[in-house]
Amino acid sequence: MTEHHLANSHLGSLEYDPAPESAAIAHLQSSYGLFVDGVFTDASQHEQFVTLNPATEATLATVAQASVADVDRAVAAARRAYDTVWSTTTGAQRSKYLFRIARLIQERARELAVVETLDNGKPIRESRDIDIPLAAAHFFYYAGWADKLDHAGFGASPQPLGVAGQIIPWNFPLLMAAWKLAPALAAGNTCVLKPAETTPLTALILAEIFQQAELPPGVVNIVTGDGSVGAALVDHPDVDKIAFTGSTDVGRLIQQRVASSRKRLTLELGGKGANIVFEDAPIDEMIEGIIDGIFFNQGHVCCAGSRLLVQESVADEVLRRLIRRVEQLRVGDPMDKNTDVGAINSAAQLARIEELTSIGESEGATRYTSSCALPDKGYWFAPTVFADVSQSHRIAREEIFGPVLSVLTFRTPEEAVAKANNTKYGLACGVWSEKGSRALWVAERLRAGVIWANTYNRFDPTSPFGGVRESGFGREGGRHGLEAYLDV
Amino acid sequence: MSTAPLRLVTEQDHGVRFPEISRVPAVESETQLRGLLASLSGVDAVGAEARAAKLATRSIKKSTKLAAIDLAISMVDLTTLEGADTPGRVGSLCAKALRPDPRDASVPAVAAVCVYPDLVAHARSVLGGASVAIAAVATAFPSGRASLNVKLLDVREAVAAGADEIDMVIDRGAFLSGRLGQVFDEIVAVKESCGRAHLKVILETGELVTYDNVRRASWLAMLGGADFIKTSTGKVPVAATTPVALVMLEAVRDFAESTGHLVGVKVAGGIRTSKDAIRYLVLVNETVGSSWLTPDRFRFGASSLLNDLLMQRLKQHRGAYVRPDEFSGD
Amino acid sequence: MSDDRLDVRKTYKLLINGAFPRSESGRSYEVTASSGDFLANVAQGSRKDVRDAVVAARAAQAKWWGATAYNRGQVIYRLAEMAESRRAELADHVASAEGVTRGVAEATVARSIDRIVWYAGWTDKIAQVFGGANPVAGPFFNFSLPVPSGVVAVVAPQDSSLEGFVDAVLAPVAVGNAVVALASERRPTPAVLLGEMTATSDFPAGVLNILTGLTGELTPTLASHEDIDGLDLEGAASQADELAASAAGSIKRVLRPRGPGSDPTSLRRLRAFVETSTVWHTIGQ
Repeated sequence: MTEHHLANSHLGSLEYDPAPESAAIAHLQSSYGLFVDGVFTDASQHEQFVTLNPATEATLATVAQASVADVDRAVAAARRAYDTVWSTTTGAQRSKYLFRIARLIQERARELAVVETLDNGKPIRESRDIDIPLAAAHFFYYAGWADKLDHAGFGASPQPLGVAGQIIPWNFPLLMAAWKLAPALAAGNTCVLKPAETTPLTALILAEIFQQAELPPGVVNIVTGDGSVGAALVDHPDVDKIAFTGSTDVGRLIQQRVASSRKRLTLELGGKGANIVFEDAPIDEMIEGIIDGIFFNQGHVCCAGSRLLVQESVADEVLRRLIRRVEQLRVGDPMDKNTDVGAINSAAQLARIEELTSIGESEGATRYTSSCALPDKGYWFAPTVFADVSQSHRIAREEIFGPVLSVLTFRTPEEAVAKANNTKYGLACGVWSEKGSRALWVAERLRAGVIWANTYNRFDPTSPFGGVRESGFGREGGRHGLEAYLDV
Repeated sequence: MSTAPLRLVTEQDHGVRFPEISRVPAVESETQLRGLLASLSGVDAVGAEARAAKLATRSIKKSTKLAAIDLAISMVDLTTLEGADTPGRVGSLCAKALRPDPRDASVPAVAAVCVYPDLVAHARSVLGGASVAIAAVATAFPSGRASLNVKLLDVREAVAAGADEIDMVIDRGAFLSGRLGQVFDEIVAVKESCGRAHLKVILETGELVTYDNVRRASWLAMLGGADFIKTSTGKVPVAATTPVALVMLEAVRDFAESTGHLVGVKVAGGIRTSKDAIRYLVLVNETVGSSWLTPDRFRFGASSLLNDLLMQRLKQHRGAYVRPDEFSGD
Repeated sequence: MSDDRLDVRKTYKLLINGAFPRSESGRSYEVTASSGDFLANVAQGSRKDVRDAVVAARAAQAKWWGATAYNRGQVIYRLAEMAESRRAELADHVASAEGVTRGVAEATVARSIDRIVWYAGWTDKIAQVFGGANPVAGPFFNFSLPVPSGVVAVVAPQDSSLEGFVDAVLAPVAVGNAVVALASERRPTPAVLLGEMTATSDFPAGVLNILTGLTGELTPTLASHEDIDGLDLEGAASQADELAASAAGSIKRVLRPRGPGSDPTSLRRLRAFVETSTVWHTIGQ
């Protein structure tokens, strides 16, 4: 075969006209208050902050910045609701409230998807097909547990903890709210939820849904603002439980701050997931799985498969196909229904990604970046793959939380496991092999809370999710997810 | 633990690249063929179906939609394969194939008409030297249950009567029972009998059932000399599906990259709406690309699809939904 | 509205494969309210109706079990929504069928709907409560999954026309079985009403088939039918022994009658028509 005379069939030559979703569906208000005791209220200091569309840097709305006093008010409302209403509401009643909420999320799905994409920058296809349906599914699933706690494996009549303080990140704003609220309410707790500063809007629409569902006032309270709000919640003496999803650094601080209190704690933190590819992997689906693993949600995924460990015998072929596929990703307007990769959520996150990738280059890794055009305004980063990465490189050790994949190689299953486990994190890993026996052998040895075989980034309300080591502790989802909100 | 550096990727790698001088490996024994097919990567059914479903969410609007509709029309093998077919029926099919919408000269002709061998001569007498090709289903279509001699005679007579393309069926029974050499030899023999006519090999994927079988049968057909690989006869309950088409497109892509030989794909059976057709074009666009976005390398075997394409086309121009009776029922 | 308006009366039919046929036998029987007043002529199902219902259930079961557990839960929850919107009608029927006050009937309906919601939540939890991994000694991944028995025949309680019917029928459906139910002989209309609601609840045709008729006539056919995998005899207490013996002919799973007042949180019915399927898989590099 003459390698010198190669012809090329161009992929994507049938150009797709823009297919934008309508932003008008969002019905956004110009400003949003705090949701305390069943109503929207101004912050006590009347402070506000702006939430942006990261794809355009345009202002979407102003949102109340809660003070310590506001957090206190929210916790008091949650305590009151717990004492007077929720703790005496039967499981069957709680179940029906949660079913109502699930249905309302389904009914307002399109609006929620649009708002999520505007506020977060993720492609509308993902918010429409993944975030919002999964959020509804979580409420459905835990609705079914509320009247069946006796059968959940925690003994007869397991009791709730009381008031739960819940702090969620910006990468899956509504979905993370659902992951936190649904099991907490099913178990009989009341909640104070603190959304991320850059993505508060869908949680506030969820508050409207709670009103429509006639959830008793105070059962869920939502306080928006910067990190000081989360800190006030963590420090509040009348909070019985803290559930946090976010970075390992902040998780460490929270654990220190509650160390001497009676507060229960669950943490879902960072990761540096290894996606392990054996030579017998189903190649086309494996390439898709690697792509999903790292470019889903712009790589803003704590369980992202950000390290690709590929068996040396197929490394060149895998890399060639992978890069062809990366080049095909449609990067741009998140509201376009055909967009695969959207905007980076914030200027700060973009700076972090840029810093780590330039370190990757200076450390000697071989960089490949998609030639896609990027919009002029907004926060953007082209999908990037680093080859020739070694275990000691910072891009192989630190969580980048962006669309950046580091590729390493291995020779034997033992070496793959050793490299995969050579990290302080332990959230998720992937294994690709047609040989079930080997996939299970590897899975058994990986120190990670979730292991996907021949797939990646799958989520389901029935399946527990969470990490080991510095990726945190506690599980969300499934029967196990109830444990985080029960006194067991 | 140092490892060999990974090859740096060049600009050329971004599409589907293939050597300009084609070289298909010669198959000399069943053992060799078996080894070749066994060396192909497996297909994970969940992943393949997820990929096809994801591509089905592509939203094709405005000028893309118009371009896709016209492209799809030009890729149709307008088909009638009924026991009740008559020269009259085939004649009106040919007229429709040449001028799908007699009021609008900008509507392209379809790629071919597809008929039973005994009606090829009549189709030829109607079409004459027109650009629309005549495809004949041969080799004891649809079951393929006849002796090789009968099958070859079927092919030769169709070609002699004026068929430009032969749609043959593989022996699924032989494939499923592992007699791969027999399936291969039959394709080679039919190809030889085709002469200058193009050969489409129908895998009948609904009877092969697994995606692994579809991938292996695709390679077997391509190694045997297929100009096209085709999903289905349309005569069994499961016809073309998007995951099956995806697996076949991956097969022609990999075959082109390894041999330089570009094989076409024909999806047939159950494709009735423009939406369906556009979904397949998206698969082609994002799996094999520009070289396959032509009637020379991608076809729809269909009958009612054409009218839906015409209706959607008119709807795009008029801005209102149109009634089916705008177009002839042929 | 004038007082002399003539009622449009309803024909109470069977539910087989998503359709509402009269009995193939053309028979019906008179059902009276507890007061003795005429209530309705109800289809009197025959052995051939049983046969048709079993064929429908068998075909539907694979589809029903093939749907995701989440989807099955949504469908059952949808039934609760439908029942909620027709609460008054259900209460009318329960009151006249069971001879209870309107208030008691309303409470019965409310409990029945909550019971449907309870079952809706079970579909995606059965595997987590009944199944699990088994730590076998050796390099094997071993796990057990609950799978439905298949087609279950339910002789519904004779007294509790709605609440008892809901419990007896939805338990096997929630775990993935298809059901052929024989409604209470003297109080069949609340069950027929519920069957009508399944037609607007995305229930796949054939998952729940409801026959009305004479218990003594149809139960021997249900018990002996070889393509039925499980038999709930709650409403056939007086014939239970002989029916259970007949069911042994094709090794059916049999749930014997317990009578009213069973614990509402009991998993007895959920467990009754579930099999355990265990998978071994090697582990090695």
